[in-house]
Amino acid sequence: MLTNQRFINVLIPIISVILGLLAGAIIMLSFGYNPIEGYGALYEGAFGNSYFTGETIVKVAPLILSGIAVAFAFRTGLFNIGVEGQVFVGWLASVWVGISFEAPMIIHLPLAILSAGVAGALWGFVPGFLKAKFGVHEVIVSIMMNYIALHTCNALIRNVLTDRLDSTEPVADSASLSSQLFYEWTGSRLHWGAVVALALAFVMWFILEKTTKGYELRSVGFNQNASNYAGMNVNRNIVYSFLISGSFAGIAGAMQGLGTYGNMFVQSSFTNIGFDGIAVALLGGNTALGSVFGAFLFGTLKNGAGSMPLVANIPKELVDIIVALIIFFVASGYIIRWALTRVKREGK
Amino acid sequence: MDYVIEMLNIRKEFPGIVANDNINLQVEKGEIHALLGENGAGKSTLMNVLFGLYQPEKGEIRVNGKPVKITNPNIANDLGIGMVHQHFMLVDTFSVTENIILGSEPKKSGTVDIKKAEAEVQEISERYGLKVDPTAKIKDISVGMQQRVEILKTLYRGADILILDEPTAVLTPQEIHELIDIMRTLIKEGKSIILITHKLKEIMEVCDRCTVIRKGQGIGTVDVKETSTTELASLMVGREVSFRTEKTPAHPKEEILKISDLRVKDARGAEMVKGLHLDVKAGEIVGIAGVDGNGQSELIEAIAGLRKVESGSILLNKETITHFTPRKVTESGVAHIPQDRHKFGLVLDFPIGENMVLQNYYQKPYSSMGILNYKEIYKQANKLIEEYDVRTPSEHTPARALSGGNQQKAIIGREVDRSPDLLIAAQPTRGLDVGAIEFIHKKLIEERDKGKAVLLLSFELEEILNVSDRIAIMFDGQIVANVKPEDTTEQELGLLMAGSQVEKKAGES
Repeated sequence: MLTNQRFINVLIPIISVILGLLAGAIIMLSFGYNPIEGYGALYEGAFGNSYFTGETIVKVAPLILSGIAVAFAFRTGLFNIGVEGQVFVGWLASVWVGISFEAPMIIHLPLAILSAGVAGALWGFVPGFLKAKFGVHEVIVSIMMNYIALHTCNALIRNVLTDRLDSTEPVADSASLSSQLFYEWTGSRLHWGAVVALALAFVMWFILEKTTKGYELRSVGFNQNASNYAGMNVNRNIVYSFLISGSFAGIAGAMQGLGTYGNMFVQSSFTNIGFDGIAVALLGGNTALGSVFGAFLFGTLKNGAGSMPLVANIPKELVDIIVALIIFFVASGYIIRWALTRVKREGK
Repeated sequence: MDYVIEMLNIRKEFPGIVANDNINLQVEKGEIHALLGENGAGKSTLMNVLFGLYQPEKGEIRVNGKPVKITNPNIANDLGIGMVHQHFMLVDTFSVTENIILGSEPKKSGTVDIKKAEAEVQEISERYGLKVDPTAKIKDISVGMQQRVEILKTLYRGADILILDEPTAVLTPQEIHELIDIMRTLIKEGKSIILITHKLKEIMEVCDRCTVIRKGQGIGTVDVKETSTTELASLMVGREVSFRTEKTPAHPKEEILKISDLRVKDARGAEMVKGLHLDVKAGEIVGIAGVDGNGQSELIEAIAGLRKVESGSILLNKETITHFTPRKVTESGVAHIPQDRHKFGLVLDFPIGENMVLQNYYQKPYSSMGILNYKEIYKQANKLIEEYDVRTPSEHTPARALSGGNQQKAIIGREVDRSPDLLIAAQPTRGLDVGAIEFIHKKLIEERDKGKAVLLLSFELEEILNVSDRIAIMFDGQIVANVKPEDTTEQELGLLMAGSQVEKKAGES
């Protein structure tokens, strides 16, 4: 059985999750909490009823997009740590378009989403351009761009979009992703964003694997010298990569602005959607499908963990440790692969 | 006779292939024993078995007559076996000493006793004539020196049997001479050496005996004194190999490439090509001979559009390609087999199939409207794999997994298949075995016979003399002489490459 490579590939994530859960259980036991109750609360909080399931999906949708944004850049050899800031500007742009006018939904909604993508792309353009033109490291620039985004968005909300208020008015119905139907079914904020996110995950896969541009981007990611030798414009591809990655991130912001919250409000710190996107991308091996699964795991844990302090009385700090342990074990799947091959070798 | 190493009837299988079958290797104490075979014949597998990285399915290993089980490299180390890998395993920013002691640091009250280690390294270095500075940083010393650090590392760990995996592949001729001296000193001091190589000349020069492997099979062991390069080559390849490349006289026609007064700077801004003139005609192979570092690489890169031209002109078919981008140069009809196949020639993490369309993926039929057509890409890849005998498990295998010779055959297939007017081949046979070299030379000559212009850059005089129809000698950024291979000798070329013609010319005029 163990010789079957495909079997191993399925087995590893399952074992990883089980080990992570076991480690979390040990932590809970050693602090005197009942792990069955704890995990029961986690499950209930994530999928216990239609409301929780809906809220879980609400958490997953932007993570898919921030995940594929990071993964796309990684595949082309770039580290876009600026997804966080691109989410902010995307969020703001979508809300701005959403509240400024009314139009038929078939125009207004796509326009609002598109403007989020364009805003994210512009924010991504800056580190991409500086890297291509002057060789400035993209990580430094995009971290700074995150702060610029956070404070610029806050200033614009206070001074331009509102008169000294902390949040904008809700977006027009014609630009909203939210759904009366979903609300009636689940009572949650579940909106159409998950569909958009899945569609864009498909787009990311398609661009990378099926188009000539994706071929170039992957080639530049692996070997800039050979790409240059083959006639590809390496610097232009760096900029393209940041534009595309940034637009995915911007649309992650639209999920919040047009779906989950329906407006934008002043924020004291980062949303972490962008930073979690890095973990999502790495968990998913920088592939589209992997990012979808990674986002699903992250979103589930985040949402479900919220119930653990309430239902099982486990302190929030301990919950964070347990969630971190589960993610840690999933991320270190290679240790399990190593152990499995070792067992296989000795079993011979 | 006492053997320090005996590997008897070794068999090692990988899924789908038998890498080693029934191989015997017996190394006597104090000899340099060559392990000869083509790229991918199974030499490295056999050595990895000896070094404990692989476990054989069958066979026995004896060290100093005692049967042993080597299940990991630490056991190999304890048995006195040390390996110098082809690709060095050194930390660039560490000093020589720090690299050598890494993993077995001498300690003094909890800290590393670097002074003691340096003294020890100095002592070993002097005893074996390695002349390594123990305090130098790895990134500041030459490739040849780095290799000596690797040798020192094994000696520091008490190795008596050294495995050197193609040690000369990365060295200059001068460094090769020095390495050979070092090997002789090691033998004098009672060490034994296994030399993995496919360079016949080196075997003839330094080795005592030679074990030949062909396609995973042990062919036998011969005494070097009683053999010849021809015999070794045919043992290795399994058929007669001609060292003299067969070709008819060239019939040069119209001018394809014309370079006038070209000036090119290198990355540091030093002028490397200094007003160079060169032309290549259809139906001829022009070989550029010269000592490395006289501007050859910059010249080739300038033609290919990879390096900025400061002044002068490059004409292809009478039209300028002087300041063209690499893509426009390619589209104008130039193909380029680059000097460094890993850095430039291939995207190693791409499947070999995708590498086959690296320059024309954007053209029909490989894509249309920006969408790749994988069916056509892999059809083309399979065609080239077949035609150029690229040995790969499948077209989906990453290029990284192929042996050097097969990677090079893939590049040559890709470049030649575009049917360019000008084919630039920069060191096309570096690191390859005689079988592959013969194949590549034949392909270059075939292109010439089809009426293409071929520009060959090589640091191997033998290759230049065998393949070229005309030799352009490059010295200090200029072509200082043009000679016919049949009218010259290696000695004369050597003198010209050292710049002696310049004075002679100056005296004449």
